[in-house]
Amino acid sequence: MFRYLIRRILWAILLFLVITFVTFVIFFMAPNNPARAMCGGDQASPTCLKTATEKLGLDKPVYYQYGLFLKRLVVDHSLGTSYATSQSINETIKEAAPVTASLVFGGAVLWMIIGLSVGIFSALRPRSLIDRAAMVFVLVGVSAHPVWIGLIFSYFFGVKWHITPIANYANFFGAPPDSGLPGGPAQWAYHMILPWMTFAILFAALYVRMIRANVMETLNEDYVRTARAKGAPEQRILFSHVLRNALLPVVTMLGMDIGVALGGAIFTETVYQLPGLGRTAVIAIQAQDLATLQGVVVFATIAILFFNLIVDLLYAWIDPRIRLS
Amino acid sequence: MALLEVKDLRTSFRTEDGVVRAVDGVSFSVEKGQTLGIVGESGSGKSVTCLTIMGLNSRRNTISSGEALWKGKDLLSAKPSQLRKIRGDEMSMIFQDPMTSLNPVHTIGKQLVEAVQLHRDVTVRVAKARALELLKAVGIPKAEARIDDYPHQFSGGMRQRVMIAMALINDPDLLIADEPTTALDVTTQAQILNLMKRLQDDFGSAIIMITHDLGVVAETADDVVVMYAAKVVEHAKVHDLFQRPQHPYTWGLMGSLPRLETDTERLVQIPGQPPSLLRPPNGCRFHPRCPYVMGVCRTKEPQLVGAERDPSHLQACHLDAETKDREGSKLVDATMAETV
Repeated sequence: MFRYLIRRILWAILLFLVITFVTFVIFFMAPNNPARAMCGGDQASPTCLKTATEKLGLDKPVYYQYGLFLKRLVVDHSLGTSYATSQSINETIKEAAPVTASLVFGGAVLWMIIGLSVGIFSALRPRSLIDRAAMVFVLVGVSAHPVWIGLIFSYFFGVKWHITPIANYANFFGAPPDSGLPGGPAQWAYHMILPWMTFAILFAALYVRMIRANVMETLNEDYVRTARAKGAPEQRILFSHVLRNALLPVVTMLGMDIGVALGGAIFTETVYQLPGLGRTAVIAIQAQDLATLQGVVVFATIAILFFNLIVDLLYAWIDPRIRLS
Repeated sequence: MALLEVKDLRTSFRTEDGVVRAVDGVSFSVEKGQTLGIVGESGSGKSVTCLTIMGLNSRRNTISSGEALWKGKDLLSAKPSQLRKIRGDEMSMIFQDPMTSLNPVHTIGKQLVEAVQLHRDVTVRVAKARALELLKAVGIPKAEARIDDYPHQFSGGMRQRVMIAMALINDPDLLIADEPTTALDVTTQAQILNLMKRLQDDFGSAIIMITHDLGVVAETADDVVVMYAAKVVEHAKVHDLFQRPQHPYTWGLMGSLPRLETDTERLVQIPGQPPSLLRPPNGCRFHPRCPYVMGVCRTKEPQLVGAERDPSHLQACHLDAETKDREGSKLVDATMAETV
């Protein structure tokens, strides 16, 4: 088990190096001059450009620049400063990440509740009315674009029925005292209801489909028949024999999806004006602020690798075939 | 009273192509401590017969009729909860493929303990002691250490032993073995069959041995039911069946057994394929493949009746008694000549 863990961690480190290097090269090749962005765009003075070029190491080869970037990241734990605003990117991410995390984790809880309950029920009663309704929901959920869903929800729940707010984020731990913004857990959840629903629908649909298929397949396994032959009641068969096997692939998917989503749920954040990572990335792109964009990418990479690692460990814990081989 | 008495059992599956009659009017009985062999090709309905008795067919698309009297009580009309009490306790089953019949995420100890605790109100410790006892009885080496292992850490033969241990753990009156040795290699097959015989002596369980292998039947069974295309074509004591086989299909099965002594290079096979159970042939279901086919076979279905010379030897064939005896003994003589 310990060796397995070490192996997974070494893999994660290697992957991190490869991914950051590739993104770095892509940004390096982009037709864009960071020094010019730093000095205020087209009106940049030659002296400013020169100092900035030296400071950023732009006159050096790409591997040297990547080395600098890596050193700064590993030794100083710094993602650098924004080309556009000169703000610390660490700070930007630190502000945006909790917003995205709120959205993603809350959404994940919601989509898992829907996915598990509807998926399992559909699998147990295939072709029933509820199963058919669930499949229609899956079709709609997979087809409808989150922006469209977001706008529809905003219109009905917010504008028409005045049930929920339709924009902005409320800090879970309370807003700054003199800002006049809403804050605290209740306001936080209240503001997140629509984003959670919007964000969760696509995943809920995918998970209903996947859980239904997995449970149905597992129900046909020989060992489930063995359990029936032993005289086990259906409920026990479902929980002890079916679900543990059927949910193995779901654990993998969940870890991957959460990891990926933490990089920024661009559509949902944009519709509800949530200052998360997705929106940060969009703004950075518009400002040609590659340093900030790269900060978001690096953070997303770390998030994905971290959740992959957790999935690997969880999987080994659930499935003895992996743990012991 | 017979332990299990099956009367006119019929099971059909609704499919998109129509109704498949997988079991069509099967009757037999199993006495206490005896072994009944059910022989037939794949798809002849032998497994479905037993799954129906156990109540293990998926309920949605299955229609069953007839009776399966277990100690006098009908299992087909029993409530699921009553069936559940019988399954795994009084009556248990082992399956063809030991590689997939155990749950991969639980230790075998846990699965054995579950089998005990589903039917006995005992602590885990007591149940585990019983599990250990059975693992030793089925010949798992170092059972104390292996009880906490997972199924994937066992070989196929060892897993089938675990399955047998699980089936016998509550001391059942009847053990249904659905091709228990088919998925195993030949040396392991012999070991498992010997083990089952020995355990039958120890536990006194009756056994229904489902197989397509006449050799297995000859070695283990007291009575034999030969099934073809969802129906019973011959039913006799094992000795009578091998001495005076009455049905051309049985002759075909016996003729296709491989023998070391003969010089023939190729195995004799029954020509053709088993019929589709969606649209079975008229008359005798074996007639399209039967070398002795007569006009009547194509139109009239033969009834399962006692042979002229021995009324307890049931067979369903239109051939006259003389031909049957002659052809049957010809085959037996040939077999005997080779083995002597």
